[in-house]
Amino acid sequence: MHPFTYTQANDAREAVGAGRRGGRYIAGGTTLVDLMRETVERPDTLVDISRLPLREFNVTKRGGLRIGALVTMSEAAAHSKVRSLFPVVSEALELSASAQLRNMATIGGNIMQRTRCTYFRDVTADCNKREPGSGCAARGGVNRAHAILGTSESCVATHPSDVAVAFAALDAQVHLLGPDGERTVPFLDLLLRPGNTPNREHALRHGELITAVELPALPRPLKSGYLKVRDRQSYEFALTSAAVALNVSGGVIREARVAAGGVGTVPWRLRAVERALAGERPSDRLWSEAAAGSAEGARPLKHNRFKVDLLRRTVERQLRTVGDMA
Amino acid sequence: MSTELSDSAPPPPNEASPAPTRRTFIATTTAVGGVAIAGGVIGGSILSEPEAAAATAAPTSRVALSVNGRRHTFTVDNRTSLLDLLREHLELTGSKKGCNAGACGACTVLVDGRRVNSCLTLAVRLDGAKVTTIEGIGTEDKLHPLQQAFIDEDAFQCGYCTPGQIMSGVGCIEEGHTGSPDEIREWMSGNICRCGCYPKIVRAVEQTAGRK
Repeated sequence: MHPFTYTQANDAREAVGAGRRGGRYIAGGTTLVDLMRETVERPDTLVDISRLPLREFNVTKRGGLRIGALVTMSEAAAHSKVRSLFPVVSEALELSASAQLRNMATIGGNIMQRTRCTYFRDVTADCNKREPGSGCAARGGVNRAHAILGTSESCVATHPSDVAVAFAALDAQVHLLGPDGERTVPFLDLLLRPGNTPNREHALRHGELITAVELPALPRPLKSGYLKVRDRQSYEFALTSAAVALNVSGGVIREARVAAGGVGTVPWRLRAVERALAGERPSDRLWSEAAAGSAEGARPLKHNRFKVDLLRRTVERQLRTVGDMA
Repeated sequence: MSTELSDSAPPPPNEASPAPTRRTFIATTTAVGGVAIAGGVIGGSILSEPEAAAATAAPTSRVALSVNGRRHTFTVDNRTSLLDLLREHLELTGSKKGCNAGACGACTVLVDGRRVNSCLTLAVRLDGAKVTTIEGIGTEDKLHPLQQAFIDEDAFQCGYCTPGQIMSGVGCIEEGHTGSPDEIREWMSGNICRCGCYPKIVRAVEQTAGRK
C-alpha cells in the first residue's frame, strides 16, 4: 500500500474543500482499502467522510424516500420504509457481500464501487480502465464473469453492485454536493459506459460528493423484488440478476420496471422487456414472451455466451415471482 | 482468555509498541524501500522512535481507541489495518489473517458492537471506537456461551477460522438472524471454513441463540 495522508472531515463543506484539493473520499472503505492494498488505487490523501451527517431516511414532499449516502447497507436493507416501499432495494442489499461488509459499506460507496474484473485488480495485467491505452486482457482472457451488454473494444468489465440494479429500475435520483454547490442527477446518468475511456466511470465532477440517493414516489400498488444468480448460494457476485417492479391494477400491468445486473458494464435497464409488459394482463405466457428480449443487443465473449440465456431465464423467473405477488 | 497486555495504562505516544520485534523491523525496512507488498503482513506499523525516524515517508496519525475494554493511544502509520494493530502491536493474535481482502471473515471483530472485517478497517479511522475481539468475550474459566457451544458441537477441525466464526456468530445472534438453520447459513456466509465444518457451526450458533 502506498503511503497517504489522512484527514477527517467535520462537515460537508470541509470535505468538499479537501476533495477539490485532490483528496479521495473514504466512507465504508471496503472496496477502496482492498484496492489500495493491491496498489490498484494509490491516493495521496484520504478524506474520511464517515462523520458527516449523511445518515437520513426522509420521506420527501413528493412521497419519495431519501437515503443518506452514509447509511450502511445493513441499515438501509433493514429500514422499515425501505422494506415496505421498496423490497427490491432491501433484497438486493441483503443478497450482496457478507453481513460484515454490509455493516461497513455505505449506500454512496456501494454505487461508486469499482469492478471486480480480475485483470483490473491485477496490476501486472493490461487494463484500459486502470492504465488507459494498455489494452484489455479480459477480451482474450478468461471472461466468463464479464459483461455482454454495454461493452466496448476497450473494456468488458461489469459493474458489480446489486443495489445499483434496483436503483436503475426505480429511476433513483442522486444528490450531490460539490465545489459549485448542490445538484441532482438521475442515477441512470451517473455511471458511464466504457466507450473509449473506461477509466471514466461516473459523471461526478471534481470534488463532488454523493450526499443522498432518492427513491422516487411511484404509482402504487408497487410489487418488487430482486433475483440473483451466482456460482455459490451466498456471498458472491452476480452472474446475472434481475430487479423487477410492477404496478398492476384492474388486472393490467400499468407500469413495469426491469433492470439486470452481472451482465452490463453499468446496471442495465431492460426497456424492451418493459415495453412488452406495459398494458398487458399478467400470464405465464407474457412473462416468457417479454423476457425473450432481455439480452437484446448482447455481444457475448468467448466464455460468457451462457449469460444470454441465463439472463432471459433470470428475468422470466423474477417477472413471474413479482407478477404472482401483484 | 485474558488479554496478553500486562500494562493497563494507556501508553504514552511513540512508546506504544514494545521493543522492535523481527516483524516490525521487516515492516519498517520494507516501507522505507517503497516496495509494494500486496496482502502482506506489513502494510504499516506503529512506529517507535527509531522506526519513525527511518520511515519519514509514511504519514502517521494519533488514534485513541478501546480494545476489549482497555484504552490505548497509538501513533500509527496511516496504512495500518485494525487487524495488524491487534495482531502485531497488541499481540492479540486470536483474530486471524486469512485473505486480507475481506473475502474470508477470519479477521472478524466487533467495532462499536457491529461485526466487521478488521483487515479492511484502517486503524486510523477508529478514534473513539470500541473494539471487541475473541480475547474479549470470555475467560478461560468462563467461556462465552458460543465458545462453549463450538466445543460442545465440535464445530472446528483446524481452528483457523474459528475466532472469526465465533465473533461473526456473536454478531449474528445479536442481530437476530438465527430463525432457522437456513437463515444462520445465509447470515454467516461471510465466514469461510476450509475444513467444511459448516453444519456444526450452524448448530453451535443455533444452540447459543436458543439459550438466549
